[in-house]
Amino acid sequence: MILSIDSLTYAYANGTPALNGVTFQVAAGERVAVVGSNGAGKSTLARHLVGIERPTSGTVEVEGRRTDELSIAELARSVGFVFQNPHDQLHARTVAKAVEFGPRNLGFTAEQRARACEWALRVTGLTHHAQDHPHHLSFGQRKRVALASVLAMDTPLVVLDEPTTGQDHRSLALLGSLLGELAEEGRTVIAVTHDMEFCVQHFERVIVLERGRVRWDGTVEQWLAADATALPADGSRDDAAERSGPPTDLERPQLTRLARELGWSAPVATVDAFLSELRERTPSVPAN
Amino acid sequence: MIEFKDFTFTYPTGRPAPALRSITMTVRPGTICGVVGADGSGKTTLAAVVSGVSPHLTGGEFSGSVEVCGRPVAGTPMAELATSVGLVRQDPFSQISGARFTVREELAFGLENLAVERDVMRHRVEHVMADVGLSELADRSPYELSGGQQQRLAIGSVLAMRPAVIVLDEPTSQLDAEGSRRVFGILDALKERGVAVLVMEHRLELLARSADQVVVLEDGAVAADGPTREVLGDPRLPEWGVGPLQYTTAARRAAEHGLWDESRPLPVTLETAADGFHQVTHRIPIPAGDQP
Repeated sequence: MILSIDSLTYAYANGTPALNGVTFQVAAGERVAVVGSNGAGKSTLARHLVGIERPTSGTVEVEGRRTDELSIAELARSVGFVFQNPHDQLHARTVAKAVEFGPRNLGFTAEQRARACEWALRVTGLTHHAQDHPHHLSFGQRKRVALASVLAMDTPLVVLDEPTTGQDHRSLALLGSLLGELAEEGRTVIAVTHDMEFCVQHFERVIVLERGRVRWDGTVEQWLAADATALPADGSRDDAAERSGPPTDLERPQLTRLARELGWSAPVATVDAFLSELRERTPSVPAN
Repeated sequence: MIEFKDFTFTYPTGRPAPALRSITMTVRPGTICGVVGADGSGKTTLAAVVSGVSPHLTGGEFSGSVEVCGRPVAGTPMAELATSVGLVRQDPFSQISGARFTVREELAFGLENLAVERDVMRHRVEHVMADVGLSELADRSPYELSGGQQQRLAIGSVLAMRPAVIVLDEPTSQLDAEGSRRVFGILDALKERGVAVLVMEHRLELLARSADQVVVLEDGAVAADGPTREVLGDPRLPEWGVGPLQYTTAARRAAEHGLWDESRPLPVTLETAADGFHQVTHRIPIPAGDQP
């Protein structure tokens, strides 16, 4: 297990619990989306993975080592963290320097640095912005600079906090293919997000946080299936099913909502799945 | 009212190309205008220009004109503009004054600068705090809030000023579904009060429900400007770097297989998509031999 979280509880200084007995494990190479509404504890959880926060009780282990026994510098070799707000991590005068900062601190050789930076800039679509000042870029582009600067550190675990914020159509496609590329390299990606549309398209496992607790943990397919059956086809609400099914305060993908609106109790999230379901439910389609 | 006439703008630093090119568009009082476009298409610059941030604070060369409430933005001092136009910036953190210790004080900061009477100020601040859902956090430091809460604080700070024109640059980027709907609920209410709302927004579904008009920016120029349903259903959207709604894509693909009634416009909302597809799945079967 690259990540092992056991009974993690975290309370703010004033005693308000942000995380309450969170337990789950992630195997190397998995792509996991941690989803939940604002205030569910997603960012607090993510910050524990890089040691910015320390557990009030319970443990977080990365590559078998407890994060509260490691310095942030030591942890930085194992976990790369991309903040929600790019201004939290961009201080250099050019994009290239920002991306080179991490590998330099980790003691990469010049050759390793050059290779890591060239790759990170390419996969984030920033190669031709290498000499630009980060402040002259759009918010979405700055977010990708932050991502590139973390990818260049070549950590086995990459944690992304709300990666889709401010990303346009093309950047989202780029981010999707990047996640595929990271998976092929065997790197583990954990993204914290409230974007279910992005989650169902690019992740294999979904963990739902609700008020600091794990409310659901399973594959995306299982989530969709449980979600579809939680609401009977006639649209009437079954309270028992609603309680046992996945949480319902997240915005479902558009076509999942459309299928529900049409009273289909089928797991649908993509255009292809929607069309095949539509074909089955349409009486004798004329040839043309 | 916001009125652009053949407006071109170039920043003093960075790339030499104009950030906005020959923009002509109008946002009327009591309407919501959504602006969409790829990264770097000029959305944030457009917001900066309407609020006077550009050219007043950033500098830069321009030609043509932008008028807000009948006053030319470039020729009106910022302090005067601040009473008629409010800007909610994309990054809420950068909007916190840093001069106040609590959410309540932060919301009052703009009004204090305008020397608004104390009772009026108190009343407005409590009202706005409830509108943006921050009443329970009134005594927290703005810096202790989550990104989503800071975003609502930034919106509240602008609402407290009661501007006639409000510009919001990606106001829901850090909000979940519930928070986003709440923000657009606020925009709907502003519209009813006669405010001209200009909102840059990636999530087309929010615009489909609330916006009267949508403008597509591409490389600093207006690629499309029209009624929401027409623009969001336009097949050229991907060419402009904007991802269409899944409802629209599903209907377009379904139409290729005779599974969408082509006399219907392509859907941009859940309701119109459900109506259209319901009709398809409930149509009367046509026996193969009877087809014309």
